[in-house]
Amino acid sequence: MLGLETASGSVEAITTIGLVLVEAVVLYVGYGALSSLVGQTVLDAVGGE
Amino acid sequence: MDILGLTPMMVGIFVGFGLLIGILFGFFGMGGSFLVTPALLVMGYPSTVAVGSGLAFVFGTSVIGALRHRDHGQVDYKLALIMTVAMTIGIEGGKSVVFFLDSTGMADLIISISYVGLLAVVGLFTLRDAWGSKGTDSTGRDLADRVQSLHIPPMVTLRGDVRVSGTIIFAVGLVIGVLSGFLGVGGGFLLMPAMMYGLGVPAAVAVGTDILQITISGGFGAFRYAQSGSVALPVVGALLAGSALGARIGAGATQLVEEDAIKGYFAAMLLAGSVAVAAKELGAAYGIEILNTVSIALIFGAAVLVSGAVVLAAVCRLRNDSVGMWCRLTTS
Repeated sequence: MLGLETASGSVEAITTIGLVLVEAVVLYVGYGALSSLVGQTVLDAVGGE
Repeated sequence: MDILGLTPMMVGIFVGFGLLIGILFGFFGMGGSFLVTPALLVMGYPSTVAVGSGLAFVFGTSVIGALRHRDHGQVDYKLALIMTVAMTIGIEGGKSVVFFLDSTGMADLIISISYVGLLAVVGLFTLRDAWGSKGTDSTGRDLADRVQSLHIPPMVTLRGDVRVSGTIIFAVGLVIGVLSGFLGVGGGFLLMPAMMYGLGVPAAVAVGTDILQITISGGFGAFRYAQSGSVALPVVGALLAGSALGARIGAGATQLVEEDAIKGYFAAMLLAGSVAVAAKELGAAYGIEILNTVSIALIFGAAVLVSGAVVLAAVCRLRNDSVGMWCRLTTS
């Protein structure tokens, strides 16, 4: 029983960490694409050009 | 309508707070992440969830940092390996202490007091550095020379021709690991000064090794807390969504603004964090509700102030404005 509980806790923990990892990679790629698309425009606008 | 158990307003607050922390992380290369645990504590999350979620957030942030640094990050794998083993053992020790204290009902108080002390010490150290105290560099150098002169076997040679005792590296990693597991911090703001000032590792190698190390130890720490269900995933997800964007803004600002110009604000933020946790504890102990409000205002206010100063300084540089009232404020 105890072993089963620990195993399910570990599976849940791996899922949790996996989700954080996937979100981090998706955000990195997503924001990277966004900044290469509109980054320069935003910088120009902020710089008053 | 709730989003994964959080109200839209709470999601907005966490994304916004993550954005501020991301700016700080991207600009200073450290700091900010250790504001998450005290912020969750003052918002009323149990200490185990605050620490576990803090570690999960640190893991996610450092993955993003590692991805960004992977091309030009210098890493000493020998140093990273010793530190990782030592910190992993240390985190286990720190976590056991948290769960033991939790069972006695004293975890919140002791973790809060430790935060007050640690943030105050690091804050005062940074403030002294910001004010240009002359002895800082030589003191750091002296300490590293003294550590390197201790020939406790096995001796290891690190990048930058640094020869230092493996036993000392292990001991330093163990202590930082205990603090990391105990307080829910990635250890970056302790590891960086320890590697640079304590072991004499060159700054570039310290940064690269630090990020790899934090990714591994943060991931392991978060895993251990997640096993007991002590990671609030929606909170971590919302914080990460903000911090990933903030980290890009902060990293971009480093191309425009010198770190020394903002260091004083950073030190003030650490000290404000320390006062905030102290105020929350006093408020809880004596039933003074207003102190809890003061505490929340201090933590969020300090993060807003420092990340605002970073962004404002960058905007001033982009506009070549050094005489405007706001622009003069950021460099004073």
